[in-house]
Amino acid sequence: MAAQAPRDPRGGPPQDTVRSLLAELWRDKLQPSRPGSGRETLTGRIIHGALFLTATLSAFVTIGIVLVLIFETVEFFREVPFIDFFGSTKWSALFAEKQFGVWALVWGTGMIALIGLAVAIPLGLMAAVFLSEYSPPRVRAIIKPILEILAGVPTVVFGYFALVSVSPVIRDIFGEDVGIYNALSAGIVVGLMIVPIIASLSEDAMRAVPRSLREGAYALGSTRMEVSLRVVLPAAFSGVVASIILAASRAVGETMAVTIAGGGNPQFGVNPLEAVQTMTAMIVQLSLGDTPTTSIEFKVLFAVAMTLFVLTLAMNIVAQWVSQRFREEYE
Amino acid sequence: MARNFFTLMRSSAPGATAAAEPDRATAPPPPPNVKQDDAGGGVHLDPTLAAVRHEITEAVDMALQLRNVSAFYGTFQAIDRMTMPIPQNRVTALIGPSGCGKSTLLRCFNRMNDLIPGARMEGEIEFEGRNLLDPNIDAVEVRRRIGMVFQKPNPFPKSIYENVAFGARINGYSGDMDRLVEDALRRAALWDEVKDELDKSGLALSGGQQQRLCIARAIAVQPEIILMDEPASALDPVATLKIEDLMRELAEHYTIVVVTHNMQQAGRVSDYTAFLLAGEERVGRLVEFGPTQEIFTNPLDQRTEDYITGRYG
Repeated sequence: MAAQAPRDPRGGPPQDTVRSLLAELWRDKLQPSRPGSGRETLTGRIIHGALFLTATLSAFVTIGIVLVLIFETVEFFREVPFIDFFGSTKWSALFAEKQFGVWALVWGTGMIALIGLAVAIPLGLMAAVFLSEYSPPRVRAIIKPILEILAGVPTVVFGYFALVSVSPVIRDIFGEDVGIYNALSAGIVVGLMIVPIIASLSEDAMRAVPRSLREGAYALGSTRMEVSLRVVLPAAFSGVVASIILAASRAVGETMAVTIAGGGNPQFGVNPLEAVQTMTAMIVQLSLGDTPTTSIEFKVLFAVAMTLFVLTLAMNIVAQWVSQRFREEYE
Repeated sequence: MARNFFTLMRSSAPGATAAAEPDRATAPPPPPNVKQDDAGGGVHLDPTLAAVRHEITEAVDMALQLRNVSAFYGTFQAIDRMTMPIPQNRVTALIGPSGCGKSTLLRCFNRMNDLIPGARMEGEIEFEGRNLLDPNIDAVEVRRRIGMVFQKPNPFPKSIYENVAFGARINGYSGDMDRLVEDALRRAALWDEVKDELDKSGLALSGGQQQRLCIARAIAVQPEIILMDEPASALDPVATLKIEDLMRELAEHYTIVVVTHNMQQAGRVSDYTAFLLAGEERVGRLVEFGPTQEIFTNPLDQRTEDYITGRYG
């Protein structure tokens, strides 16, 4: 009975027939017109061209930026040997005796990113588990947008927040010897900044886990905690890891907060209570000065930017690879 | 039973003492038009509910005893005052057209309905002298004793081994896990096919194998009852036959309740059959219950006869 087409109550033809007749009539009109098919009007072609231009523009801009980065980086390495850049941990680009050991900056960046992740992974994952598995729909409808607004707070505000709120607490705990500018304070606010990325993307991944898996786990006598942590979280593994790598790449590229709160001290030390300088903060410092465009200080900007670019690009690629390689296919 | 049913009670729950006395007195008094009969005991016709319950002639214990079980989703009543037994170590089939409340009833047995917001159950399901529907009974504990297999195979995205070990692990099983896994897989008739690739993902198996993996997973928790919600409806005929054979074998150790759309299947695998039907207002009611052979050869209700002869829905 369900297989039969519903009939018109007045005894007309089945609706399917009507529909196919209509489709017959409209077939010509419904064909999507292709460029160059001769059917497209002039306006259509103009719009088509304009849309094509806007779509390719951003791609060209990206290519242009990368080309400039490459050319200037090559220029830099004509004057400074490769080994001085990648083989040293001493950085003093603005001193009379210049040293360009980029590891000091990479280290500063890495330390801030690691502190940030140490804050953001537990907070973000707990928030994701709560939103996906525990919160009633109404609570979630309120909390999730607020969390995502957090991602929209200007990062300069976070930098200031680090100085006036986080650093004083750190000094209370570790003593007055700790400077107001330190890696820990900057790292913590960077962590808060990337919590929404981890929470929101992980929650999406967890909600995409089919309901049938949860039911299967409940039917074996799992508590809600066991379902969340032992079934849903592992099943959403690829999405969760991708969200963490994405957040890490955001932390690595973060500029304003670490420029303000990190202190401009390029160094290769393990103490998070000391001031550090990240690649981004160094770029800010050099760009703000009156560096002549022909000088070596100007050229090193591009070499550092190139390093940063390659680093974040690699992380994004890894994130994509992970999310594809470990994705579970559910029906 | 090895385990004491008292473990099902939250120890501090109020009213636990009162409920500890497995007396009919604590159950809500049945409506006057419903006759109480534990194990059948002759044919009864309820004036309003009009359920026919055939006599159970063999000597068999009852794993569950339903009394006036109703279920609601919000204000919608899905099933209405069902009263029937579920015999122990037998296969009981719940049959009926779509929307008659078969799955809803099945999900009452292990309190899966608790997971649906707004779902509510009334009446009594007696299990070892206690009422499963009592809010003081911990649903998580109930599900450890009453396992479930779903319509679509739903193995976890873990290895075959971990799929089977999962339930035992969360229940704090401390014995020989390898042996438990092998045992469960053997009972689910899957061991010979997977014994060399236990590390392979459960999702890499075929549909029929996945479903047997899900059965093994349920068995590994060592339940007393296994509920199956149309376990073969997503499978091809060969895989279906394997699942059916398996149900017959499992009935030696477990009580099985199976929901099925397929009357031939009910006829092949079940010892007892309950026919459910929803009327105009879409509330599911029990029409007839009894030994499968009786239901299929000598149905007493015209609607049962219409359904099993294919003149219905």
